Amino acid sequence: MKHLTSIRELDRASAVSILDNADELAGVNSREVKKLPALRGKTVVNLFYENSTRTRISFEIAAKRLSADVINFSLATSSVSKGESLKDTAQTLEALGADAIVIRHPMSGAAHTLATKGWISGSVVNAGDGSHEHPTQALLDALTIRQLKNSGSDLKGLSVLIVGDIQHSRVARSNCLLLTLLGAKVTLAGPETLLPQTFREMGCEISHSFEEALETKPDVVMMLRVQRERMQGSFFPSEREYAAKWSLAGERLKMLGKETAILHPGPINRGFEISSAAADDPRSAVLAQVKNGLSVRMAVLYKLMAGEG
Amino acid sequence: MRLLKGVRLASGEVTDITIEAGKIARIGKSKESGLDCSGLIALPGFVDLHTHLRQPGFEASETVLSGSRSGVAGGYTALFAMANSDPVADNASVVEQVMTLGQEAGLLEVRPIGAVTKGLGGEELSALGLMASSAAKVRVFSDDGHCVHDPLVMLRALTYVKGLGGVVAQHAQEPRLTEGSQMNAGALSTELGLKGWPAVAEESIIARDALLAEQVGARLHICHLTTAGAVDVVRWAKARGIQITAEVTPHHLMLTEDLVRTYDPVFKVNPPLRTREDTLALREALIDGTIDIIGTDHAPHSSEKKDCEWDQAAFGMVGLEHAASVAQEVLIESGASDWERFTEVLSSKPAQIGSLGDQGSLKEGQEANITLVDPAASREIQAETLSLSRNNPFAGLTLKGQVVHTLFRGKFSFRDGKVKNA
Amino acid sequence: MPVRTVLDSSDITRAVKRISHEILESNSGPMDLVILGIPTRGIELAERIDAALAEIDPAYRSSLGVLDITMYRDDGLNAERDIKPTQIPTSGINDKVVVLVDDVLYSGRTVRAALDALLDIGRPRQVKLAVLVDRGHRELPIRPDFVGKNLPTSADERVNVMLSRTDGEDQVVIEQ
Repeated sequence: MKHLTSIRELDRASAVSILDNADELAGVNSREVKKLPALRGKTVVNLFYENSTRTRISFEIAAKRLSADVINFSLATSSVSKGESLKDTAQTLEALGADAIVIRHPMSGAAHTLATKGWISGSVVNAGDGSHEHPTQALLDALTIRQLKNSGSDLKGLSVLIVGDIQHSRVARSNCLLLTLLGAKVTLAGPETLLPQTFREMGCEISHSFEEALETKPDVVMMLRVQRERMQGSFFPSEREYAAKWSLAGERLKMLGKETAILHPGPINRGFEISSAAADDPRSAVLAQVKNGLSVRMAVLYKLMAGEG
Repeated sequence: MRLLKGVRLASGEVTDITIEAGKIARIGKSKESGLDCSGLIALPGFVDLHTHLRQPGFEASETVLSGSRSGVAGGYTALFAMANSDPVADNASVVEQVMTLGQEAGLLEVRPIGAVTKGLGGEELSALGLMASSAAKVRVFSDDGHCVHDPLVMLRALTYVKGLGGVVAQHAQEPRLTEGSQMNAGALSTELGLKGWPAVAEESIIARDALLAEQVGARLHICHLTTAGAVDVVRWAKARGIQITAEVTPHHLMLTEDLVRTYDPVFKVNPPLRTREDTLALREALIDGTIDIIGTDHAPHSSEKKDCEWDQAAFGMVGLEHAASVAQEVLIESGASDWERFTEVLSSKPAQIGSLGDQGSLKEGQEANITLVDPAASREIQAETLSLSRNNPFAGLTLKGQVVHTLFRGKFSFRDGKVKNA
Repeated sequence: MPVRTVLDSSDITRAVKRISHEILESNSGPMDLVILGIPTRGIELAERIDAALAEIDPAYRSSLGVLDITMYRDDGLNAERDIKPTQIPTSGINDKVVVLVDDVLYSGRTVRAALDALLDIGRPRQVKLAVLVDRGHRELPIRPDFVGKNLPTSADERVNVMLSRTDGEDQVVIEQ
């Protein structure tokens, strides 16, 4: 496997293998010597066209734990339209010997384009491309759910509810594909304007009522970030109305079962899509998600890069 | 004197064509010797009502000369050049300039299209009358690339152009529903995370403009029809007696949205590639006459506009050199129609809509604009054509039918696969 | 393909017993021993050695584990192999006498990887190597401390170790 730009590039067996490897690699992070020599001498470039300190740092630490050299290339979003073309940047990195490029980009398909245009010879890891996908996020979510629910090798029999601005969410798309691939039942919930019916064709159920969705007692509730800028596009009338109907807070928080896990990809808008009480609730698995993010990214980098002789 | 021997006409009859002084002198068997054209079909030279020649302003992508060369290789003897050049063709000077460039290239007739509104801004009418009475004799007006979205402006344009004996060619795209749109709206756009371009944005404008044309009693031409719903609207409008004509591109007849999964901008075009159901409806409509013509919407782009992320890339595909093969595929290879219909969609109907009186038919006394096609030849389409640009979504596909010779006003503009200037 | 049995079930049992005696002898007793099997078949062998040590010397306190070396290989074909669990006994390896156990010693690269892995986990006082079969053809300066059987082979021969839990039966065969 050379690239990871979309969950569609994985089948059930390879997805489970990544989760299993991530579980093993987690052990490294609690050892005295937090390093493995697997990627020694290799160079990983973080090519981030969008600001994201947390994801970038996660990939950076993952690469360093595997003894790779890391270069951070952070460009402001304006570079995309005014500056160097993706092609020129890619070819520059190729000339500098990048063995893998981790790319986060505001346009859907950018990772696929980088991987398939023949500009570079290394591997491409999609760290989020526009509204399209964020595969390592889905993998760390799946791993977190698997650990919390002790569901065996995959997620068969589990039900997951994903709530928020689904339309613009790459996390929702990747999770929809991966969690169903692993046998879970996924329901997406959000206002009609942010959740088109076409999502059904990706294998998920749709709900336009948070309460109704909670009544089915999902094993996991995943809250997505909502960008306050969505107000401008006439997607919903006001922040207050959104929070009133779609935030995880108050009565809806009380509807959660004792064993229901609460997940959030971060960063959290406390008081908007999720109340402080929910964020600090003992059922919240956000810190486990962060930990698993590191080991999942180690497993992915290892899988893509260690094979080259 | 030129003599084309042993050609087959669209009717099926095998005969000879004698050309004298740039005109068709005689269609009938001749005892003289001439160019052996056995196995070739002789058709009236093709007329494209929708080409982007990019000059003035975008000469890196195409020029009138390079576009003409690509045109004759595709069997065209007339190209209508869209107005979205830089500066925009919204006044007599620019259209005369384009016309002159076409005459200097001397390969086919270049008919400039005039913009409907100043600068394609959609607000003020451009110098419609002055363009019509200029040396370029503009009769087709279009803001293609943009929609004339303001209903009042469209009403005024239809009325005014009617008085000039011309036609408004509308690019049907409601702008508010398609801001930032990248591909057909549907399950695939949802999955790929690309902003969708809903069919209703096309269909609603066509319906509105048909009613406006009816009210005014004006002719209306719809560029690049792409959806089954749009076909239904045009059918309804024709049934009502509205003077509406419609056009379809080669790519919308043959390619579908699933190609966008590759995120390769060679498949990015406006209006976008749609579903298989849409292509089938378009084919049916071309066969039964609901769609009148094939217009290539030849839209060349230099490589840096296509060698990038999808969102960044320009919209457009080249098409002059494979349009005839696509027409053959849809009309002839399918068994659904014949060479007479082929002639209508590529030659006579576009000439009629564009008021191009001296083209579009093979008749004694007419200007000798003739295209000779070998229908049996099969070829793999290459990205590289005579166009300056390579954004060809058909690259790699194998199609039947090859243009062998093209004659413009009695002289070979394209002969045995090579562009000629005499 | 001609197949030759070089060790049968009782040969293997005897070898395990002898190796266990030798371990105790060279260590002057059972103190501070940690037995780590290298997957896959090194695990079952390590378990048998651990059991034999307990049988021979009642003072032996079982300290058994698994050392997966996938992430330390140098042969570049890594990524197709899944990483297997590494289990170090809770008493750790610092200042202990670690006995690495594997089924076949060949080029020595597996053991080299195991040494690197071990040193990233802790600092043993001594590291020793016990193998069921030494088939020669070393590519690195690695030598075993305890050997079940020395088996000179040619490079085009394959040595197949089969153990009851993994393969259903106990035997070692050589295939052309």
